[in-house]
Parts: sequence; C-alpha cells; structure tokens
Amino acid sequence: MRRITLWLMSTVGALVLLFSYRTSTQAPSHDVVDASQARPGPAPADDAPTREPRPAGEDDEDEGRDAEDDDEGGDGGGDGGGREESADAGGTFEGALAQTAQGPVQVSITVEGGRITDVGVLTAPSGSGRHEEINSRALPILEEDALAKQSADVDTVSGATATSGGYRESLQAAIDAANL
Amino acid sequence: MTAAVLERRAWVEQVMGLPVSVHVRGPRPGAAADAVARLFAELRRADAVFSPYRDDSELNRLERGELALRDADHTMPEVLHLCGEARRRTAGWFDARGLPDPRTGRPRLDPSGLVKGWAAERAAGHLAGLDGHGWCLNAGGDVLVSDADGHPPWRVGIEDPAAPGRILRVVEVRSGAVATSGDAHRGAHIVDPHTGRPATAVRSVSVRGPSLMWADVHATAAAARGSLAGLPPGYSGLLVARDGTVTASPDWPG
Repeated sequence: MRRITLWLMSTVGALVLLFSYRTSTQAPSHDVVDASQARPGPAPADDAPTREPRPAGEDDEDEGRDAEDDDEGGDGGGDGGGREESADAGGTFEGALAQTAQGPVQVSITVEGGRITDVGVLTAPSGSGRHEEINSRALPILEEDALAKQSADVDTVSGATATSGGYRESLQAAIDAANL
Repeated sequence: MTAAVLERRAWVEQVMGLPVSVHVRGPRPGAAADAVARLFAELRRADAVFSPYRDDSELNRLERGELALRDADHTMPEVLHLCGEARRRTAGWFDARGLPDPRTGRPRLDPSGLVKGWAAERAAGHLAGLDGHGWCLNAGGDVLVSDADGHPPWRVGIEDPAAPGRILRVVEVRSGAVATSGDAHRGAHIVDPHTGRPATAVRSVSVRGPSLMWADVHATAAAARGSLAGLPPGYSGLLVARDGTVTASPDWPG
C-alpha cells in the first residue's frame, strides 16, 4: 500500500495546489457569480452524481467493493508474494477527504499492473459550474501531474532547505511517512 | 522485481531546525534502529556546539567571549578551519563570516551552511557497519546515500524550486551526495559575500559529488555566484535561474 498511499497523498497535494493557483489568478467574483442561486439559467451539473468524472467502465465500482478488488488484484499478481504485490497489482483507491480553501476534495486513483491508469475526483467543492470546470480544466493537469510523479518514482528529494512547516506538506514527508 | 522484496524503514527527527530522515534498505532494516539513534544523537551534539539559534551553544558563547577556543569542543577548531578552507576553495563565494544573525540580523560568524553537511556526513559514519543494507540520509533536502551490493541505486529527485512538490530531474546515486541550495522555502537566505546582499540570480543549485559537506558548500557558492563555473573535479551541478532556465554541468548525471 505504500506506493499507493504516496501517490494519493501527492495527488491530493497537487489538487490543493491547483485550487490555490486558481484562487490567486482569477477574480474571486467569478466564484460568487457561479454559485447556483445567482444564475437564472439551469446549471447542468447541479444534479450530476459526484462521481461523474469516473470514466466509462469504472462506474459500476463501489467503495464497498474495493477490498474485494484488492484481493482479486493480489491473486492476479500472485507468485511474487509480499504485501506490496497486492497493492501494485491494481484496483481503485480513494484518498482521504482533504479540506481546501475552496471546500472539501477527495480524489481516487485507479491502478492497473502497478501503474496509475486514471485519476478521478470523488468530491469537489459545490457550485454549479465548479464540478464541470474541475473536470475540464483541472483534471487533465492533475492526471498529468500524478503520472509525471509516478514516472519520477523517487526514493528521496533534494531541495532548498525545508522548514518544518514546509516539510509537512512536502513530497519528502510523504515518502518518509510511507516507510515509517 | 527482486528490488521489490527489499524491506525499507525510515526514521525522521527534527534536528538542527531541520527535518532529518534516514531510510535503510535491506533484509532487516529494523536492526539499524540503534545505529540510527546514534546518528541522531551525533547531530544533536553538533547542534549544541554550533547552533547560531541557541544562546547556550558553544558558538554563541565563543562569540560573546564567554568561552575560549582552547576550551571549546575539539570539533570547533576543525569546523572553523574548514570554513576557511571552503572560502579558499570557492574563491570567496562561500564565506561564513559577516553573515546576518538569524535572530538579530547583525553580521556575525555563522558556519551553519557548512556545519549541516559536515555534521550529517560525520553522523552517517554510524551507518557504516550495516552489512548488506543501503541507506539514504536526507538532512533538510541535502542527501547522502550508500548502496549495498546488488541493490538498485537510490533515485534522488531534484525538487522544482518553482513548484515544490514537483520533481524537476531524477539522479540515480549509488554512493555520494546531492545537495541543493536555494530560496524556495526560506526566502532569500543566500548572501553574496562580495556585496553582503541576498543573491537573487538563481532559484536553486543542486550539486552532485562524493562529499555532502563539499557538495553543499559548492551549491551555496554557486547560488551566490549565479554560475556553476567553480565546481571542482568530481562535482557536477544543475542550476535553475530566476527565470526558470535550467543549466547543467556537462557531466551532470540526470
């Protein structure tokens, strides 16, 4: 599970960064206007299920089935043994709910054969246009980011001297935490 | 896939005001716990002697005239000598003298920029006896690794100074150091020793080489200088300029 945990943590981190970035570069009034009551026109995403960003074929997968999926994956990756094998083999993993300045965010990653094949947003801040915007704009960036990190797949990070505050949010902290 | 069966354990402590982590990889990494504890104890001792933040550090008592050099810890003359050596080897671009006091801003002798690498390298000596195990010491972003036979190299990610959390390059290292100096996390704290002003041309410099202390010293010097020109043989660098341009030494391994 270590690698999965790391991926999830860094993916959530990237999403939080995306939100902060957006806040600082766009007029905040945009968000206010976007709030559902302010718009007379129907907002198509209002009643959409929160899991809509999941790709076709993934929709039938419920949280409740994740454990089962893990087992299947473990069997598939079989002969190597060891607890990391089952995590590497595949399944959809959900990250913890993270609070951002814009609201709660929860992401999932789908892993097949030890590689991230998909990144999804399970929970996103409410607001009619919000969800679609995340899907169209943030999700591709997020996915690219997660895939880039995976290809980097580093053991440690060298960077300008971290303060303790900066460390808590850092990739190094995630790597450390995954091995404690 | 043999790499996947290597067990790995990490220990993390806050020492010298830095997050310091030790990762040990091999058949029984947990057996390294005592050696790792000695490593952290060694770092705490160095902090008690050299911290510019602690009123009771030997460095500060020396500065206030309350302690004579001959009565100081035996490592004090060694470090002061190394600071002079570092100044010479970097043509003055690394200079522990006249740096702003971290609390008052007044100019003072602050060997911190050298002590971190020196202390980490020295403390890592406690891991030397771990047969069949490799280790990776990360002291606030400066990395020293050692690999055991048959293990894969350690993959050291160079952080993107413009977006901490993103990896700019990856260097595979079996033995030796990667140190990075820059202003990504603490603001402009690298001083141009020739002007006394913060060095701003560079966002970060990473230096790869056999010694952590010298890699760190040369990274700091290159950041102040704004160029990789002064790196000695055996050391190579990656420089990220203020505008985001990345330059590497011809022999940079990444």
